[in-house]
Amino acid sequence: MSALRPSGSRFHRRLLREEPGFSLASRLWRVNWLYVLLICALAGVGYVALCSAGGGSARPYAGPQAMRFGFGLILMVTVGMLPLRLLMRLAFPTYLASLGLLVAVLRMGHVGKGAERWIIVGGVQIQPSEFAKVALVLMLATWFSRISYARMGNPLRLIIPAVMTLLPVGLVLKEPNLGTAVIIGGIGAALFFAAGMRLWQIVLLCLPVPALLKIAYAHLHDYQRARITTFLHPESDPLGAGYNIIQSKIALGSGGMWGKGYLQGTQGQLNFLPEKQTDFIFTTIAEEWGFVGGIVVMGLLLLLILGGMAMAIRSRNRFGRLLALGISVNFFLYCLVNLSMVMGAIPVGGVPLPLVSYGGSSMLTVMLGFGFLMSSWVNRDVRSGESADNGEASEP
Amino acid sequence: MKFSGRKIFGRSGGRHRGRQGKRQNRDQELRDRGRGVFTRRALLLMAAQTATLGLLGRKLYDLQITSGEHFAKLATRNQISKRLLAPPRGRIIDRFGKALASNQTNWRALLLPEETTDVPGTIERFAAIVPLEDHDRTRIAREMRHQRKFVPVMLREFLSWNEMARIELNAPGLPGVLIDVGTTRTYPEGPLTAHIVGYVAPPNEQDVARSALLALPGMRMGRSGIEQSQDDLLRGEAGAVEMEVNSVGRVLAELDRVDGTPGREITLSLDAGLQQAVQNRIGDTAASAVVMDCRNGEVLAMVSTPSFDPSLFDSGVSKAQWIAWTNDERTPLINKAVAGVYPPGSTFKPAVAMAALQNKMISPADCFVCRGYIDVGGARFHCWARHGHGSVNLHLGLKYSCDVYFYEVARRIGMDRIAATSHELGLGTKLDIELPHTRAGLIPTPEWRQKHNHHWNGGDTIVSGIGQGFVQVTPLQLATYTSRIATGRAIGPHLVRAINGKLTPESDPEHWPVLDMPEQAFKAIREGMFAVVNEAHGTAPKARLPIPGIEMAGKTGSAQVRRVSRALRESGHFNSARLPWEYRPHALFICFAPYDAPRYAVSVVIEHGNAGAEFAAPLARNIMTDALLRDPANRRTPPGQTVADAL
Repeated sequence: MSALRPSGSRFHRRLLREEPGFSLASRLWRVNWLYVLLICALAGVGYVALCSAGGGSARPYAGPQAMRFGFGLILMVTVGMLPLRLLMRLAFPTYLASLGLLVAVLRMGHVGKGAERWIIVGGVQIQPSEFAKVALVLMLATWFSRISYARMGNPLRLIIPAVMTLLPVGLVLKEPNLGTAVIIGGIGAALFFAAGMRLWQIVLLCLPVPALLKIAYAHLHDYQRARITTFLHPESDPLGAGYNIIQSKIALGSGGMWGKGYLQGTQGQLNFLPEKQTDFIFTTIAEEWGFVGGIVVMGLLLLLILGGMAMAIRSRNRFGRLLALGISVNFFLYCLVNLSMVMGAIPVGGVPLPLVSYGGSSMLTVMLGFGFLMSSWVNRDVRSGESADNGEASEP
Repeated sequence: MKFSGRKIFGRSGGRHRGRQGKRQNRDQELRDRGRGVFTRRALLLMAAQTATLGLLGRKLYDLQITSGEHFAKLATRNQISKRLLAPPRGRIIDRFGKALASNQTNWRALLLPEETTDVPGTIERFAAIVPLEDHDRTRIAREMRHQRKFVPVMLREFLSWNEMARIELNAPGLPGVLIDVGTTRTYPEGPLTAHIVGYVAPPNEQDVARSALLALPGMRMGRSGIEQSQDDLLRGEAGAVEMEVNSVGRVLAELDRVDGTPGREITLSLDAGLQQAVQNRIGDTAASAVVMDCRNGEVLAMVSTPSFDPSLFDSGVSKAQWIAWTNDERTPLINKAVAGVYPPGSTFKPAVAMAALQNKMISPADCFVCRGYIDVGGARFHCWARHGHGSVNLHLGLKYSCDVYFYEVARRIGMDRIAATSHELGLGTKLDIELPHTRAGLIPTPEWRQKHNHHWNGGDTIVSGIGQGFVQVTPLQLATYTSRIATGRAIGPHLVRAINGKLTPESDPEHWPVLDMPEQAFKAIREGMFAVVNEAHGTAPKARLPIPGIEMAGKTGSAQVRRVSRALRESGHFNSARLPWEYRPHALFICFAPYDAPRYAVSVVIEHGNAGAEFAAPLARNIMTDALLRDPANRRTPPGQTVADAL
């Protein structure tokens, strides 16, 4: 209990009013168990799909992934029990740690599929860019909760959070991992937007974008332009960069309305489908369960996203609102990039389908994020302190 | 600024009124404004998220439902691999069932790269047991680069028992090396039938582009002879096997198998025994002989010497061997029987006689006086007999082979009639035999000469009358022509007697139409040819058959390849036998037997053999004797309904 007792500096006490001293039991009661059930349902779909990717066996994918999920579940509920003030205090150190890991991966990362994405910490492969997303959400939510809506009108106040966003984006781009960089950028943008960035600021920011894109394209090398062409027309290079996209579309499309049946997906089972257990797990599902199965999975994802957003709206404090929204947007962007990728709508970009794809880093960071979301929900009735939303409140 | 937030928490926390309360209301207002903006914007984001996922759902619908069938097809193409099965090539056998071309199992050593950890090391150890040539090594390296690791690479073929035993003994040191059986084409008769049967060689890229079947390993294409002309029949139709493969092409299961049609077995009219006998008679000289069944045009023997070893082509001909063949003046690679053209010389005279009789320009009884020469248009043309033959009619003209008689006949009837009749008799025209690279030869006409911008002289007709000048025919044409004279039917020469045991219609004599020429004319010419061999003072007494009761009719020919100058002729010392080999006249002889019931026609051409009567006639007699004696039963049996009947 003592660990859960409201704590934190004077500063954080001012940002959030005293949190209710719930008992552990009442906190557990306040957890959104329906949401947890949804998460378990999606993870169950993932388990079944990973069994298929393993040729009908829990080895080598489904079993380890189930263990990770179990661990993630505990992590989520535990984090969900934490008071918001503690999360706010942890935000900056977490953010710094995530930056450090990103730098470390560039320095001594393991090359995986042409990009440096992994580092090994204590014998465990971790993907710092996954961690960076959640850390950024926490950091920005904390930062914006210090700036009241009224003060958001001052563009100077946006400089620091902008730098906070661009630092991990730049580091991830260098790996290079375009997909994750876009997601991190998207999380930042969504939080700026939700925190109350003025419309004129948004318009002003967006104005030079087309011109910048044009200049950037003019400065591309021929081979880079060729790569863009391949992305747009994968059939022009069927065995090279376009191979994954084509094979994924073939596997998806051949599923039809009802699919080929569990374990009957020829393209996945015969390995025509690349990375069927990680990035292309949705293709395996849609090949074997058809359009119906694909839509059910997408429906589950949408429920989780909208549920998270609804929880954000429900929160009575600015920090919790922003935290929940950031996590939901993160989850949404994950799904968006992955699904667009496997359907051939955007270039392949090393982004897994959260909770479903095989992979520890993604699973654990997603569950950590849901822990933040849950914490925001458990503490949904805590009100913002005067410094948070009060334009005149002084800062230390 | 102090704030007693402790008292205000929870959902329904109480509120202070008063001084502080007023301020709190303002705080609350601001907070609510921020929260309102947040809520609106969050709802906006939710709408956007729902819409985006909706669009993706729409995209999924497009992929799976709208273009589902298209992708299902692509998926099947990914998954199912169709492979062709090579059909065994059909055998070629002679009329009695003796194999002339067949398939022999060929033991080869293969290496499965995925089963050995050290590919170069294994190859080296293999080479220590069974030597590998340099071209083997380059081929192995090339195949290794282009093939997947589970596709075996051929190390060596044509392994002997000895080599196989050594490989098996060393098997533990050779992981991934397996012994496998393939087939190669063999020609048991070797050079004897090489010109007729031909040979096979691996297909080139153009062939492969035409037919996918040819791309299969081990497929061969006929490159010469029957192997080439009957290639489609011999090759058969490919079978196919449908297999389920994974993304790297490894076969997982066989789904469907359609067996192909093996190549047809082709029975040739050839008699390998007779062929060998003819070859033995000819020996080493550059010559060609054709033995034909004159009733239906079946070729029983067709020898062209020297020959070559056809099996060399399957494994690749060495450069030295090739140069030796192409530089040999006796042209071993050319089938002289169909592609060698020679002036027919006096063997042409029966055709000229037929032209005259057919057109009723002369009668067999008409006589011309031979003084040893004739003057036409200011030029003098000599008879081979310096002092002439005196008064000569058709019978004597043929019997003595009197040149002046045929000069006179040719002068009277003209070249066009000679050419027309010659073509009808099968001379100077392309014959429809199942061999590639046949030549048509030539019966010259004024029109042909004009086409080449030359004027036709009267003298050209005169020399053509004795088969000299521009006249060129092949030995096969001579045999065909002899058969047509002997039977009066327009028989066509052919080699294919049966396909898969079923006789071709050509083997029936009634298949061939009767020639539109007077029977009297045939009789007169046959009698003349009989006299050549059998009467006193005929030109070919040496051609009399040693078989009692069977007589042969024939005609000699000695064809000059160089004009004999007047000075040389008048010096009286002219002897063609002293000329260098390539300037000596060709020796020719045509004949058919038995005279009263013609069965065989034989033509013989000895390149630069000097004199037909002296050299070609005895050879032809010997060949005819062989043909008649070899299998007496063969003579009595008319061409029957099956191959076995012919025995």
